Amino acid sequence: MSFFKKLKDKISKKTEEVTTKFKEGLSKTSSSFTEKIETLVLRRKKIDEDFYEELEEILIGADVGVNVVMDLIDELRTEVRKKKIEDAADLQPVLSEKLVELLSGKEDNSLNIQETGLTVILFVGVNGVGKTTTIGKMAHRFNSEGKKVLLAAGDTFRAGAIEQLEVWGNRVGVDVIKQQAGSDPAAVIFDALQAAKKREADILLCDTAGRLQNKTNLMEELNKIYRVIKREVPNAPHEVLLVLDATTGQNALSQAKLFGEKTGVTGLVLTKLDGTAKGGIVVAIRNGMDIPVKFVGLGEKMDDLQEFDSEQFVHALFAGLIKDEEEREEADEVSEE
Amino acid sequence: MAAFEGLSSRLQNVFGKLKGKGKVSENDVKDAMREVRLALLEADVNFKVVKDFINKVKEKAIGQDVMESFTPGMVIIDIVNKELTSLMGETQSKLNKSNKPPTIIMMAGLQGAGKTTTTGKLAKYLQKQNHKPLLIAADIYRPAAIKQLQILGEQIDAPVFSLGDKANPVDIAKQGLQQAKENHNDYVIIDTAGRLHIDEELMNELKEIKETVKPDEVLLVVDSMTGQDAVNVAESFNEQLELTGVVLTKLDGDTRGGAALSVKAVTGKPIKFAAMGEKIDALEPFYPDRMASRILGMGDMLSLIEKAQTNIDEEKAKEMERKMRKAEFTFEDFLEQMEQVRNMGPLDQIMDMMPGMGKMKNMKNLNVDEKQLARVEAIVKSMTTEEKRKPEILNASRRKRIALGSGTSVKDVNRLLKQFEDMKKMMKQFSTMMGGQGKKGKKPKLGKGFKFPFG
Repeated sequence: MSFFKKLKDKISKKTEEVTTKFKEGLSKTSSSFTEKIETLVLRRKKIDEDFYEELEEILIGADVGVNVVMDLIDELRTEVRKKKIEDAADLQPVLSEKLVELLSGKEDNSLNIQETGLTVILFVGVNGVGKTTTIGKMAHRFNSEGKKVLLAAGDTFRAGAIEQLEVWGNRVGVDVIKQQAGSDPAAVIFDALQAAKKREADILLCDTAGRLQNKTNLMEELNKIYRVIKREVPNAPHEVLLVLDATTGQNALSQAKLFGEKTGVTGLVLTKLDGTAKGGIVVAIRNGMDIPVKFVGLGEKMDDLQEFDSEQFVHALFAGLIKDEEEREEADEVSEE
Repeated sequence: MAAFEGLSSRLQNVFGKLKGKGKVSENDVKDAMREVRLALLEADVNFKVVKDFINKVKEKAIGQDVMESFTPGMVIIDIVNKELTSLMGETQSKLNKSNKPPTIIMMAGLQGAGKTTTTGKLAKYLQKQNHKPLLIAADIYRPAAIKQLQILGEQIDAPVFSLGDKANPVDIAKQGLQQAKENHNDYVIIDTAGRLHIDEELMNELKEIKETVKPDEVLLVVDSMTGQDAVNVAESFNEQLELTGVVLTKLDGDTRGGAALSVKAVTGKPIKFAAMGEKIDALEPFYPDRMASRILGMGDMLSLIEKAQTNIDEEKAKEMERKMRKAEFTFEDFLEQMEQVRNMGPLDQIMDMMPGMGKMKNMKNLNVDEKQLARVEAIVKSMTTEEKRKPEILNASRRKRIALGSGTSVKDVNRLLKQFEDMKKMMKQFSTMMGGQGKKGKKPKLGKGFKFPFG
């Protein structure tokens, strides 16, 4: 059985609803990406330098990152030489498989939620990636699972950030622990931790102000928040999620690295994946460092935050390619008979 | 970022090699162009733009000018830099102004690009030029967006017009404009909701606002960290709204901002402003030439020199420069320099403007941290005058005393001494480099051969 069939079988066991969400969210991404690869293969029948160059451009166009792409192309070259592939069409399955390999990981994507007692989740990221919105959506998620959720308004810097979180709190029906704008965010988080303990909350979601990762002072402030959480609750924070905008380019690597250094990032949330963004940066990050993607934002609705499933992601992203593969396999089967 | 800086220094190596060559073959040019191509791609410049660009540069670089020049390498670098600058619009582009006030500016962009913050910053920028802007809160979708604009308005003492989040954005814009006319505001800035460029419904709303108020400026706010998709976004916003300009945000991050280049190249619309910090006055006019150097990882010498000029005493600078070249630089000078550098603004920003930063950041000893600087200052101040002048006399017991005096450890003192030596070396490099830049003299007002005196 081919790789893609296996993948498809796995997917079909999963709930229809989630698959649709992924497919819809990624439809823009997948169609443009696959189309490009297909036309490339059709147009360039031969595998030559121009072919590689164009392939390079398609991949780079998806924000996969120069280094990863160079490696991939090198691998393809070896493969082509080894298997003596001449037609571009014959390269396609090899290429698809390599791409899928790049995206799928074996690591655990699930959140580290404590069975008993408080789970603290800290959200970090640069400005405007959607931290507060993600927290709102996640609060909704946990709340509907019947968990007692508290939100901590740790973004005391941006104008209107506390109000924004409060609006979410009202929508979802959970409490927000806050102080005035401009107060020490670590103090807000401290308060929230105490409140969460006292009220016996299950989940505490901590918002922080967006900051550029090269601002030393602001990163130290974040590190202080991290230390406060560590000190007040044993083994906390249980998750530190770096929120990334899917349209971000290569700068995401720097973000992952520097936020990782200061707060021990345990996972990524990829937001705004419903645009035309390709989210190829996930590949770049996966290759650059070992941080799993845990959630993806696939739309603007409250329940559009989905647990990341690399199989779903790959399936949705390469839907076109996979279909082609199937047709080919079927054709093969027919001819064998 | 290791990969990132690796590329930047590779690029500098290639240029360095070219610089040294008396003759440049076609192959040399090809190699150099490959590195340039990678550097641009790594900086998130759109791949289509890169392709055109490389072809153009190749054409010029293989031409006769280069081959005949005595310093072909320099000529090629110059070509790359010039082409990049022209791609970004050559000169700084000013805000349009209406003949009949108020001048209407409409902001548009994706979610999280920084529209609301930029609206506030732009208002502040206008106020500094003695204008009276009115802000209109037409983002009724994002929770607390109106509140955010109101807080910003309060901070800078600018009126904010709002009808709450239940009114129609088109009506809000219309009525806001009316109010501006009544109150004699000469500028109106409309903050709109962030949206995906593929969301037709919301795009239509923007179009409607545009038809209704007929703005003099439609500015697209673009996050400078955006990747390859920036082009698609800009293209479709431009198609639907006919942009008049672009504002780049978050340029104070460590991104190279290749998206900037692509947006200009694809839409043909000038980048008018760049947002460079969290403070409300951190909005600056955009200079294409400076951005070109930044994208290539060559630093932004012009901004740096300009900053230095306004803040550093030229006489002193000359003296310092002489000392540096002759390696007479002492800890006394070092203290003075530190003071002067501090006057220029946050250190990390200054560092970013310097060429060759890729190499420097790799040196573990060099940490760009203001607190660290204070510690360094304490150490130097704990030295006697003689020690400052002749650091080589610092033996173990002197070092111990200095550590005690400055509240640091001997390790810290040793590290500083090591750094000082490194720095001396680096300054020598810099002063030679800067000599070259000064002579080119793009900006005559800088004075001939102005050399920049610190490392």
